[in-house]
Amino acid sequence: MAGNAPTASEYVIHHLGHLNNSGHPQSQIVDWSIINLDSMFWSLALGLLTIFILWRAARKATSGVPGRFQGFVELLVEMVADQAKGIVHSAESRRFVAPLALTVFVWIFLMNAMDLIPVDLIPMLWTGIYSAAGGDPAHAYMRVVATADLSAALGMSCGVLLLCLWYNVKIKGVSGWVHELFTAPFGAHPLLWPINFAMQIIEFLAKTVSHGMRLFGNMYAGELVFILIALLGGTATVFGFVGHIFAGTIWAIFHILIITLQAFIFMMLTLVYIGQAHEGH
Amino acid sequence: MNLNATLIAQLVVFFILGWFTMKFVWPPIVKALDERAKKIADGLAAADKAKADLALAEKKVVEELRKARESAGDTRAVAERQAASLVEEARTEAARIVAKAREDAEAEAGVAAQRAKEALREQVAQLAVAGAERILRKEINAQAHADLLANLKQELQ
Repeated sequence: MAGNAPTASEYVIHHLGHLNNSGHPQSQIVDWSIINLDSMFWSLALGLLTIFILWRAARKATSGVPGRFQGFVELLVEMVADQAKGIVHSAESRRFVAPLALTVFVWIFLMNAMDLIPVDLIPMLWTGIYSAAGGDPAHAYMRVVATADLSAALGMSCGVLLLCLWYNVKIKGVSGWVHELFTAPFGAHPLLWPINFAMQIIEFLAKTVSHGMRLFGNMYAGELVFILIALLGGTATVFGFVGHIFAGTIWAIFHILIITLQAFIFMMLTLVYIGQAHEGH
Repeated sequence: MNLNATLIAQLVVFFILGWFTMKFVWPPIVKALDERAKKIADGLAAADKAKADLALAEKKVVEELRKARESAGDTRAVAERQAASLVEEARTEAARIVAKAREDAEAEAGVAAQRAKEALREQVAQLAVAGAERILRKEINAQAHADLLANLKQELQ
């Protein structure tokens, strides 16, 4: 944001632009040749942090008296293990699904938590680095909340969809699953087959899209509110300053609840959808 | 709000992270939790067993005390009887010793009296001889009167 002060609209649009391999914000709705470097960087970094934290606890895990750190990780593990046990009724499947749910919970929580870092801090640092490296500061895009990237959120929900399809085939067999696709939910009458099949496809689509969109929408909206609150401070008036502090504090405190809740919801729905794949209609 | 290849990349990362946790994180932690649960269960069982053992031991102690008290009573009765018999024996022994001592003393006294009599008899004979010498105013041949003296001695017996 060097040079002329941007208008509010330019500021918001700049904030919502991704750093990608094309160098400018994506113009088409779907473009598979573009990858968001900022989302991938933060998602990978926090993913590695997630497994590093968990791995450290696992490496020192003892059946004796646990330390506080081990106790905390054990708390998470037991919470996820209990939920998984109640939802996915297959010990064999739980061996992968429960650890996956734990990772997803911690990982999404950390990615969401990036929202609590002052909204201009990392983009400002990035602008400094980018222009120091000779780039145009106006093109120094950086979004730090990977879950507020629709592609990333839908990427994870598509992962859950693939798991659902895999477990459907694994548990029911190909013929069993195809039979279910055409006979549930309405019945086995041949006239109902197309309707059943359409319903099943809609169900899978709706599950996956709502799963990813819920996370994305919450985090995107949260990020946008932080940007708007920052704009309030950007007015450089007493009202704006007080409003920035007051609203920013309240929204950040409220957001602690949202980031945890959304991570938990994503984890629970992962378990629920995979659990449904294990049961016949 | 666009879709792009980030979706594919995120999907792959999603599975890799899940795989890592399944392989390296979940098993050791769950193992530690299960082991601890077992330890606690074992500890509780051991505590219950210890409690039962304690109750049993207390019962045994009471039983042993009762037995000990009984046997102590028996022992005392025996000891008293023994002591009484010892005292009795000692008394008889003492009486026997006293009686023997008296007998011995009496025997000794008898012998001494006899010896004194003998001596007295000897002296009486000499006195008689001396008396007779004085009476007769002449030497008496002791040789010649030995028989007479012997007779005298015999009479004095």
